[in-house]
Amino acid sequence: MSFVEYSDCIQDGDVAIVYLGHESMTPVKVKRGAQTQTRYGVIRHSTDLIGQRYGSKVTCSKGGWVYVLHPTPELWTVNLPHRTQILYTTDIATITMMLELKPGSVVCESGTGSGSLSHAILRTIAPTGHLHTVEFHQQRSEKVLEEFKEHRVDHLVTVRNQDACKDGFGVTGVADAVFLDIPSPWEAVRHAKTAMKKHGGRVCSFSPCIEQVQKTCEAFSDQGFEDISSIEVLLRVHDVRTVYLPLPDFGPDPSAQIQPDSTITPPQNHASIAIKTTIPPRDIQGHTGYLTFATKTQDLIIIYLHHKYTGCIL
Amino acid sequence: MADNVDDDSLYTIKEGDYVVLKRGDVFKAVQIQTKKKVIFEKQWFFLDNAVGQLYSTTFELASGGILQPRKPKDPESSTDTKGAGTDNRNIQDDGKSQKLTRDDIETLKEQGLKGQEIIQQLIDNSSTFKDKTEYAQDKYIKKKKKKYENIVTILKPSCRILAMMYHGREPGKICHLRYDTLAQMLTLANIHANSKVLVFETCAGLVLGSVMERMGGFGSVIQMYPGGGPVRAGVESFGFPAHFHDTLHEFPICHLNALIAGTLDTTAKDPSADLKESDMAAEVKTEAEVKTEAEVKTEAEVKTEAEQKGSPEEQSMETNSVADGSLVPKKEEEEEKRREAKAQEKKVKQEEKRKKLAAAASLLEGRNADGLVIASRFNPCPVLMALLKFLSPSRPFVVYSQYKECLIECYTKLKEQGGTVNLKLTDYWLRHYQVLPNRTHPVLLMSGGGGYLLSGTTVAAERSKPAASRRDEEPAPKRQKVTEG
Repeated sequence: MSFVEYSDCIQDGDVAIVYLGHESMTPVKVKRGAQTQTRYGVIRHSTDLIGQRYGSKVTCSKGGWVYVLHPTPELWTVNLPHRTQILYTTDIATITMMLELKPGSVVCESGTGSGSLSHAILRTIAPTGHLHTVEFHQQRSEKVLEEFKEHRVDHLVTVRNQDACKDGFGVTGVADAVFLDIPSPWEAVRHAKTAMKKHGGRVCSFSPCIEQVQKTCEAFSDQGFEDISSIEVLLRVHDVRTVYLPLPDFGPDPSAQIQPDSTITPPQNHASIAIKTTIPPRDIQGHTGYLTFATKTQDLIIIYLHHKYTGCIL
Repeated sequence: MADNVDDDSLYTIKEGDYVVLKRGDVFKAVQIQTKKKVIFEKQWFFLDNAVGQLYSTTFELASGGILQPRKPKDPESSTDTKGAGTDNRNIQDDGKSQKLTRDDIETLKEQGLKGQEIIQQLIDNSSTFKDKTEYAQDKYIKKKKKKYENIVTILKPSCRILAMMYHGREPGKICHLRYDTLAQMLTLANIHANSKVLVFETCAGLVLGSVMERMGGFGSVIQMYPGGGPVRAGVESFGFPAHFHDTLHEFPICHLNALIAGTLDTTAKDPSADLKESDMAAEVKTEAEVKTEAEVKTEAEVKTEAEQKGSPEEQSMETNSVADGSLVPKKEEEEEKRREAKAQEKKVKQEEKRKKLAAAASLLEGRNADGLVIASRFNPCPVLMALLKFLSPSRPFVVYSQYKECLIECYTKLKEQGGTVNLKLTDYWLRHYQVLPNRTHPVLLMSGGGGYLLSGTTVAAERSKPAASRRDEEPAPKRQKVTEG
């Protein structure tokens, strides 16, 4: 098991996702001799997990059963221990495409937070890319490194415990993409530029508040970034349901041919039709954050762009 | 490990490169060919001068269709606005504010004035410009710039750019798949290097190319294709290095039943027999037969547009040439020779095709694929049911459809037969923002919809109730919930 490569069977030391049914899952560190309590009873790692195929059904002590799934960054996102607010898959997918991440990309990220996005980045840039992630909270940076090791992706990542706004990303001229999820991203924009390759690349800033977006866009312009674009993406879930729509009783229809056996009509009172449709959940996430993307072009053109922007605004 | 060397050659435009032209929000994918006229945004030009320049360079269009890299401009040359008004109370829309006529502007253009100079002329000759607020002036200049600045930027193609290009230019060719929905698909299907992914698409090759980009030439992609041959015009536009194509395999969906039944013969020595067999298979298949024909047609269209390489020959072309030959008796001998050569060529091609088929079949036979991506015009339910069999347990799959109803069908069927968890039917809402000092708001127009996705994860098939999975019809509702109103 690794978060960047599938395996067929569960092994000692793996992190597996136990699926308990209907969006209820829990991550389990597989350890010979260990046990995990679930609402369906005990799972004994040595006999129930180790050597079993990922995706197989495991019967627990109380007779209930669960599925054991291979971890993926997407399953991790919905199962990880929250130490901060995290990014969810809808935003992560958009960020991954808009930053043009692919195997071999070198990426800078701040802050690391709980590592939700970091795992998705690592999956995409493996096996030849690298992630430089910066987290100013010491404990969080230590904890996430521990997780990267457990998930066998630590060879692809460097975790730095520093403040990206003050100290930058610890690298110069190497990044294809930079991602900012910090309270004042505009203070880190110049560091983002420094970290990026001289031939340019893509940058993204995630902010929940529009005032932050405003300031960040100005900073991107000032630093000569191009194609600045702010978007918002929301997930809409459709729950599939069969619904029954009753038919009203219009009373006897005099125009209809009166059959001698006209007492058959009553069942119509109970008549209903079934339709397969979808309904929205009662409450949905209506806002996560604004995503601002920009392109760094080659270093040469920057002076000109700076003038163009100020010329435009004044 | 990551290469820390910024090698210029990686970022330099070369002859034969597939690139994307950009002006404003408009994109066009082209190949760099010298002395070849390119038409973009109603203007024609040659890309010769782009060769040797760096990617992301913006060029100015000079007369004669010549591209010139735009020079960093003198800051003084920004547009002179001469004051501004406070609001629009004194501005009348009488159509007389601009003193320059259409003809005047054309004359200015013919005199060789640059975009910037024409805009300055427009401002100088506008009676209302100075009364506009500075925001309105800014907007005016931006609008005119878009119209009169003859610039084009040459970009390196990427999934992001091509998805936006197709969505903007030819959404019909990609089943109206919006770029952010494609982004979700690639993530939900956990597409990454060193995996084995099945793709079934009729999106001009955009989805296939995007999957290949995310795999970076590591692992294998098997394109399950309908009709006569795989459609890959979109894949070409990505301009992948040659070794990426070694990871790409193809399998005709018309052989799927045979493969599942274990009767697919990939060792056939007589190519014509193989061909007949496939014809018969196509005839037996009742489902979506008409659509299959349509597929072949669209494929032909795409081919003429994008000159596909290595695609199998159309049978109709073959019969035509034979008919022509019989009409001209004089050249019968020559014709005979040509026919023989052609037959030989066909044999070689058939042999290649057979080898490819065998390679793809052996990849599928393990039934251990790591991901499945479906995005097509076809009814997704039978495709999904057939292809899910080839996935290992605990692997993600994602199905795109422009229509929600057919995904409801997939959902229902999967719930009924088991073997999947975490089923989710979703769509995505995408909004762009204008961000300017004191003028930040959502952009007025937004996309009404980007299509629907059904995603899930496979699990080991249940052995307890095999009979249930064979049933085709919907299960009877568990309980009737009829409340009398």
